[in-house]
This record gives sequence, structure tokens and C-alpha cells, in this order.
Amino acid sequence: MADHDPAIVVEGLRKRYGDKQALDGLDLTVRAGTVQGILGPNGAGKTTAVRIMSTLLRPEEGRVEVAGIDVRTRADEVRSRIGLLGQNAAVDEELGGRQNLEMFGRLHHLGARRARTRADELLARFGLADTGDKAVGRYSGGMRRRLDLAASLISRPQVLFLDEPTTGLDPRGRAEVWNAVRSLVGGGTTVLLTTQYLEEADQLADRIAVINHGRVVAEGTPDELKSETGGDRIDVVLRDAGRLAHAASLLPGDVVVDEDRRMVGATITDRMAALTETVRVLEAAGIEAEDIVMRRPTLDEVFMHLTKEDAV
Amino acid sequence: MSAIHGAGTAHGAGSKPIWAVVDSWTMTRRELARWARQPVQVVVGLVFPVMMLLMFGYLIGGGQGVAGDFRAYLVPGMLTMTMAFGLEATMLAVTQDLGKGVIDRFRSMPMNSGAVLVGRSIADMLQSAVGLTVMIAVGYAIGWRTHEGFASFLGAVGLLLLLRFAMLWVGIHLAMVAGRPELVQAVQILVWPVGFLSNAIASPASMPAWLGAIVEWNPMSATATAVRDLFDNPGAGGDSWAATHAELLAVAWPLALIAVFAPLAVKRFRDLSR
Ligand SMILES: Nc1ncnc2c1ncn2[C@@H]1O[C@H](COP(=O)(O)OP(=O)(O)O)[C@@H](O)[C@H]1O
Ligand SMILES: [Mg+2]
Repeated sequence: MADHDPAIVVEGLRKRYGDKQALDGLDLTVRAGTVQGILGPNGAGKTTAVRIMSTLLRPEEGRVEVAGIDVRTRADEVRSRIGLLGQNAAVDEELGGRQNLEMFGRLHHLGARRARTRADELLARFGLADTGDKAVGRYSGGMRRRLDLAASLISRPQVLFLDEPTTGLDPRGRAEVWNAVRSLVGGGTTVLLTTQYLEEADQLADRIAVINHGRVVAEGTPDELKSETGGDRIDVVLRDAGRLAHAASLLPGDVVVDEDRRMVGATITDRMAALTETVRVLEAAGIEAEDIVMRRPTLDEVFMHLTKEDAV
Repeated sequence: MSAIHGAGTAHGAGSKPIWAVVDSWTMTRRELARWARQPVQVVVGLVFPVMMLLMFGYLIGGGQGVAGDFRAYLVPGMLTMTMAFGLEATMLAVTQDLGKGVIDRFRSMPMNSGAVLVGRSIADMLQSAVGLTVMIAVGYAIGWRTHEGFASFLGAVGLLLLLRFAMLWVGIHLAMVAGRPELVQAVQILVWPVGFLSNAIASPASMPAWLGAIVEWNPMSATATAVRDLFDNPGAGGDSWAATHAELLAVAWPLALIAVFAPLAVKRFRDLSR
């Protein structure tokens, strides 16, 4: 497979559960060797999409190719090229970490000896070498997730699916998983990662597809998404919280007031014009500003914007 | 594709027959490794039926309507009951696997797709064979004896394991239909009345006629009667068709259950991708 070929192609994917349309015409193309973020609120259809792409679920309609292979007709070939980190831990909790990895290695048909060396390799790489013999049920959440991730890497997959890899982890566990994912990128693996955390997509993904109600509502690099929706923003921190309402009435565009931070914010189009105009009107009204900041919107703001519109 | 990726995997090999064997063995080993890590649970599983046997044999004076030595009647009954109640162990294991997501990992790998169920079958049958051995040894220790030859003995063991094998498929199917631990508990309770509505412990002769008829048609009764016959232990008697054709029914019932539930369970397993 040439490197410029897409690693994942999804076209017109539909899947329903009873009368719930979980996927409603999902389209997606992921370039090989990149990290694709799938960002969406709970129930958006992320897990359903990942389960279809990783051969666990059959769609009603649509086409999915992973590593250039049709997921429906040649599932076995797809399976030998992918790794999956599901939303729920997919390891045997009663066995040790090493036993788990060896078992999965054998089931990947590595043979007994290579399954053993591969298990040791991965345990070392994910900092689990010392605890490899402990039952997984007694691992911490972060450790279990790393083992799960190690298990999904046994066959050195071309394409790796990570479904909400850090949901439910404490900040430390999250950092551990992030580091592990970062270390994969550059090895040429294509990673598709779903998340509800904007920060996570921002940190890890080259491109992000925002999905809601089973379809893509926006797609692009984190920067593109930020500038596409809403444009830039200006934040003004006032000395006197009592003047917030007055200041808000003077600013143009979409204005928000944050009492705790003594801040008014607004959307702007022309950065320089907005800055001089803001300084001018505040001075004219005798309102003292402590700080004025111009910035791109956060992904949070983009996300709220996109999913709010869609929900109506 | 580039050399560093997928280097370790024989592509698309899961469907070759050799992998059916290798992968099934790997799945069986998985269960063996779990037992090694849970020795207490394994021992409890073995001791429970022994306790039942001793309780009915010594504490709860039973054997209503049984002609002859009650313990000689009871041991084959309890062997049968132990095999039938293996249903619970299978259901529990399958439900746990489904709930934990580990089945999803198996299904996302290029392994033989039947190996999950075959591995489960082999492991459960091994466990039941060990359980049966322990029960037979305890039976022997409390004075139970068989009076026919070794071939009959093996025939009886074969019928018992056949019943267990049928219960295995019933268990897999029920676990996949129910899918939740609460429903496993419901089944764990329901097996008791079904167990007692057999001739395992009491004789249908001691029951009202309508109840006796139900009891005689219970698959467990067929196996228990056939096994008693093969061991030359005292039987439940009765001259109904079911009672006089117990050997036939002890083969036909499990085969019928397997014929119904094995395809249903396999279909359920395949339909996980629905
Ligand atoms: N097995 C299922 N049965 C019925 N409804 C389901 C099932 N799985 C998912 N759904 C529904 O489909 C929608 C998408 O779910 P999912 O793909 O899990 O979303 P996400 O992973 O983005 O939270 C949700 O409304 C969910 O309730
Ligand atoms: Mg999900």
C-alpha cells in the first residue's frame, strides 16, 4: 500500500438500533500515517463507527475500507492489519498481564516463542514489566489501559483504533496513555481516536472530524476548525466587576460575560480594528481594563457551537 | 504494505483448518490458566456437589419410595445432577466474557472464529470430567459400588458427559440471550426445582401420578435411570414408556438439546456483529 493512499475510507455509513439511527451517512477519509480524531458528545455514534471499522459490527449501508481492504467481504484480512482499543477493557482480568499478551500473540498466530518475546517487549515498553505476573484485575485503571493498548499493538498494526482511550482515567493515567499514543505516531501507524475531550483531540490529532447524530458536522485540522467557526475572540478583564454589564453593552458581536474572572468576551472579525475600537469605547465610558487578550476560539467553543446548532 | 507493519501475522489465516485446532487449544489453555489462578474457586466448585451428596446421603434421610439401598440410588442421581448443573458454570463464564469486552478483542483478531466456543466447550468438559471423577471417588468412599463390567461403567460415564455437553450448549445459548449477571442468578435458582423434579434424589413412585409423569420425562431422570442401570444400582422403577426406555431417552434427550441449542448458540455468536 503506497503511503499516499488513505488508510481508512468510509462512505455513506448507516446503522440503526431499533428506531435509533446511530450512524446516519457517515463519510470519512483518513490519510495513512496520521492521527485522526473523532470528536463527538456521548451518543454521537463514535463507538458504533469504530466497531464497524474494526469488523465487529456490520453496517446496513455504506462502504468501509481499512488499509485498502473491504471490511465486509475480507474481514479476516482487515483483522490481521488492525489493532483495537475498545471503550471497555478487553483483557482477561483473571490472568496476568504477560499471560494476556502471550495469549493474544498466539491468537495472532505469532507462534509460541515469538508471542512470548513480543509480550516481554510490550510489557517493557509500557512500563508493565514488573507487574506482568500480577492478575490484571488488581491493576490500576491507567495500568489496565496501557495493557489494553499493548494488546492492541501485538501484531504491529497498520491501523489502530482507539475508542475513548482515556475516559475514566485520572490525569496521570491520561498522560500515560497520551505519551503511549504519541510514541506510536512517527512509526507510521495510522491512528483513529475517538474522544469526548476536546483537549485530547487538540493534543493528539492531526485532523479532527466532529460528529453528532451519526454524521460528520465539521472536519479539518484543529487550527482550521478553530478559525472556521466563530472566528477570533477578544477577552477584556475589568478592574471593577460592577462595570461588566456596561462594558458588555459596548462590545459588538457575540458577547459573553464571566463574572468570576471579571471578564467580557466578544467575537471579532478584524483583530486590529477590534482592538483599537474596544480600547476607545472603554476609555470613553471610563471603564478601566486590567487586561485585553485576543485569541483563537478554543476547541471547546467550536465544539459547543457545532453541536448546539446541530441539536436544534 | 510496509515491512514494519503486520509483520508478525499470517494474513487471513484464521480460516485455515489448522488454526481452528491451534486457536481452540489456545482458548482452552486460557481457561486452564484461569483455574490455576483461582484454586479456591475451583475447589469450591468441586466440593459443592460432594457436600450435596453427603447431605442427602447422611443428613436428610431421603429415598422416598426407593427400593433398596438409598445411597446406591443416590450416587448416580447426584452424578447426573452435577452434570446437569454444569449449566450454571457455563452460563456464568460466558456472561462474564461477554460483559468484559474481551470477546470483542477475540473477534477483532484474525483467529479462527469458532475457537472461542470450542475452547469454552473443551474447558468446561475437562472441568466436568474432573468433577465427575471426584464425585465417583467420594461415592466409592461412602460405600457405593458398581456391579457391571468396565464397559458398562464407561457407558455410564459417557451418558453423563453427554448430558453435560448438552447443558453446555443450553448454557452458552441462554447466556447469550440473557447476557446479564442478574439473569444468570435467576437460572441458578431455577435449576433447583428442575433438578428436584427428576428422579435424581427421590423416586417418582412416591409422588402424585401427574408429578411422577413429569419427573419421568425429565431428561435428568432418563440419564439417572440409564446410569443406574449400567452401574447395576437400584432404579426408580416405574412401567411408563419413559421409565422403560430410559437408555434411549438418555441418548435422545441430550442429542435433541444439542441439535436445537448448538446451532442457536452459534447463530447468536455470529449475530454479535448485528
Ligand atoms: N447495542 C445498542 N442497542 C441500542 N442502541 C444502541 C446500541 N449501541 C448504541 N446505541 C445507540 O446508538 C447511538 C450511538 O451510540 P454510540 O455509537 O455508542 O455513541 P458514542 O460512542 O458516540 O457515545 C446512541 O444513541 C446509543 O444509545
Ligand atoms: Mg462510545
